Amino acid sequence: MSLTDLLYQIFGNQPWVDLIASLISIFTISTFLLLIVIFLIWLERKVIARMQDRIGPNRVGGRYGALQTVADVLKLLTKEQITPSGADYLIYNVAPILTVMAALLVWAVMPFAPGLIGVDLNVGIFYILSVSSVSVVTVLLAGWGSNNKYALLGGFRAVAQLVSYEVPMILALLVPIILARTMSTVGIIEAQSIPYLFMVPLAAVIFFISALAETGRTPFDLLEADSEIVAGFHIEYSGMKFGMFFLAEFIGTLFMSGLFAVVFMGGWNVPIINLILTFFGAQPVNFAEMGVLGTIIGLGVFFFKMFFVYMIFIWIRGTWPRVRVDQILNFNWKLLVPITLVMILVVAVLDKLIPPGTNELVRASLHLASNILIVFVTLEILRRNGRRRRMQAVQAGTELEEIETGAHDIAEAAHAH
Amino acid sequence: MFEQILFVLLTIITLGSAIVVVTHRNLFHAALALMVSFAGVAGFYITLDAGFLAAAQLLVYIGAISILIIFAIMMTRRLMQATEQPFNSQRGLSIVGALASLVIMALVIAQYWPIAPNSEVPMASKTILEDAILQGSVAELGRSFVNVDAFVVPFELASVLLLAALVGAILVAWPKTEDQT
Amino acid sequence: MFAEWQYIILFVALAPIFPLAPVVVNRLLGPHRPNPIKQQTYECGIETVGDTWVQFKVQYYIFALVFVIFDVEAVFLFPIAAAYGQLGLFAIFEVALFVILLAVGLGYAWSRGVLEWV
Repeated sequence: MSLTDLLYQIFGNQPWVDLIASLISIFTISTFLLLIVIFLIWLERKVIARMQDRIGPNRVGGRYGALQTVADVLKLLTKEQITPSGADYLIYNVAPILTVMAALLVWAVMPFAPGLIGVDLNVGIFYILSVSSVSVVTVLLAGWGSNNKYALLGGFRAVAQLVSYEVPMILALLVPIILARTMSTVGIIEAQSIPYLFMVPLAAVIFFISALAETGRTPFDLLEADSEIVAGFHIEYSGMKFGMFFLAEFIGTLFMSGLFAVVFMGGWNVPIINLILTFFGAQPVNFAEMGVLGTIIGLGVFFFKMFFVYMIFIWIRGTWPRVRVDQILNFNWKLLVPITLVMILVVAVLDKLIPPGTNELVRASLHLASNILIVFVTLEILRRNGRRRRMQAVQAGTELEEIETGAHDIAEAAHAH
Repeated sequence: MFEQILFVLLTIITLGSAIVVVTHRNLFHAALALMVSFAGVAGFYITLDAGFLAAAQLLVYIGAISILIIFAIMMTRRLMQATEQPFNSQRGLSIVGALASLVIMALVIAQYWPIAPNSEVPMASKTILEDAILQGSVAELGRSFVNVDAFVVPFELASVLLLAALVGAILVAWPKTEDQT
Repeated sequence: MFAEWQYIILFVALAPIFPLAPVVVNRLLGPHRPNPIKQQTYECGIETVGDTWVQFKVQYYIFALVFVIFDVEAVFLFPIAAAYGQLGLFAIFEVALFVILLAVGLGYAWSRGVLEWV
């Protein structure tokens, strides 16, 4: 039961009804996003404050500081826009606009509920990746357009990190597409009789880590670390232009949590409840066939899952320290990309070897077993590597070098257990 | 009607930014105009029902190659406001050469796709792409990549080409010994 | 299929409004008193010396290059993944060959020490 059907019922089947439906949907999505960021910023401040054993905003708008973000927005709206001398007029002004545009455009294929989606492209996931990679270029534009050494350096480092972590994100998203046999987001939801989180957890974890790095959140927030490079590529932006970068980051984080919920957790569907129901012999629920009520319940389920993942993002931000830039890039190219390539090959081979028509649970457990196998083999390799290096250092009589790669940390942790 | 307007708009954007790429003094602005023309080409792919190709154009050209070009510019120019002379002393000859190749190309293309209406098209029966691909089916495209009768050899050759590009670029860009860093 | 993408084109045409509106409101509501001291380039409070240029490390270029390679690989792999249900067993070898060739490229870059961040 989609908006277009509703409008067709009211106005009849005329060509301009499509246009009206598209316009309504575009404006709804964009306004929803701009308004929900206000809630998200407040939520983040409150949750991180509690994690740090303090209270957070509690003065503006009642005891819970509910209108704090509104006050911040009003403050940003009345600040002067200082353009640094020598800044390239076109590039300097276009960069924040483009960033928000790219952040908004990806939401066109996000399935909110059965029937509530911007447009169900048959290349949905690929479209998402393309528009995300356009937002990488805007960072470079912002750094360049500011005519500031530090902004430029910050822009370079940001682009190096963003571009590096695109590779495991692209490759990790290949796995659900292989399993679901389609690139469309709605198709992936409908193909998940078991959530892919339990079927290929390694792909989910790798996607989650790359999403953390792509949106520039802790532990990968070197892009804007206040203590490191003084706000990085958006030093010279003031007022609402800075607000635009901030907005784009929050919209991007919400999108990544939504994408995780759709691709790995079943979106607006409830696969686990359906499994339990079929186990007990009852009919599985399918929200797509339940009309308006199904749409509303599906919307609620989707929002619950999206905010659940978003809370994990906030949790990680409040808990973990920042990673050094060479550790970030080493971790990506020397651990994440090889393990992702291996995982793709294993999933592809395994999925072809499983004869079609086997029980979904059997298929899922085989994939799960292969993922656990890959993780064990990797940990074993890292452990041997770490042990060998430690032996060499002991024999050489020198102290072991400082931890070079994040992989070493994992080996240490695995060894300690 | 909508497609006509879109086509004209895309033509103006693409060709206009291409002209800016070639004639502008500031190299960095030229690189930006190149990105705009890439986006225009992606728009053309959309009007031709090739949505996957449009997204691939965005992903590869704007998302990766533009960054590579901008990095290459920054690697070889020290000042940010670097200016170049867009025209050199051979511009007369080059205009003649460009017009001549345009005329030759138009004649060759008109041989196989005649401009006059209702004329016979000799190449019409020679399309190798299936209808399903022409209608935008990505699954059909994927099947043609691994089908032995279709495009598997170019597919594997593409990976060899990428490998050669990677190795070659590392050999060229990376300093030979540590002292040359 | 063009009908689907019309939505995207409409979205691209309308999307600039949403960031432009707050920026324009900011320009209208905020003070506008430019002043050469305020507009100096920010350098932690010190005066800038010399033109703005940075020593460009070749690492940035190498990372962008390896990303281009894997990007094009992804463009080839996505349609194959979407069609995976209809492919025969022989397709695995072709896909594996493709991925392994590019993994060899990554291995070469790794062994050359190119992926270190100096």
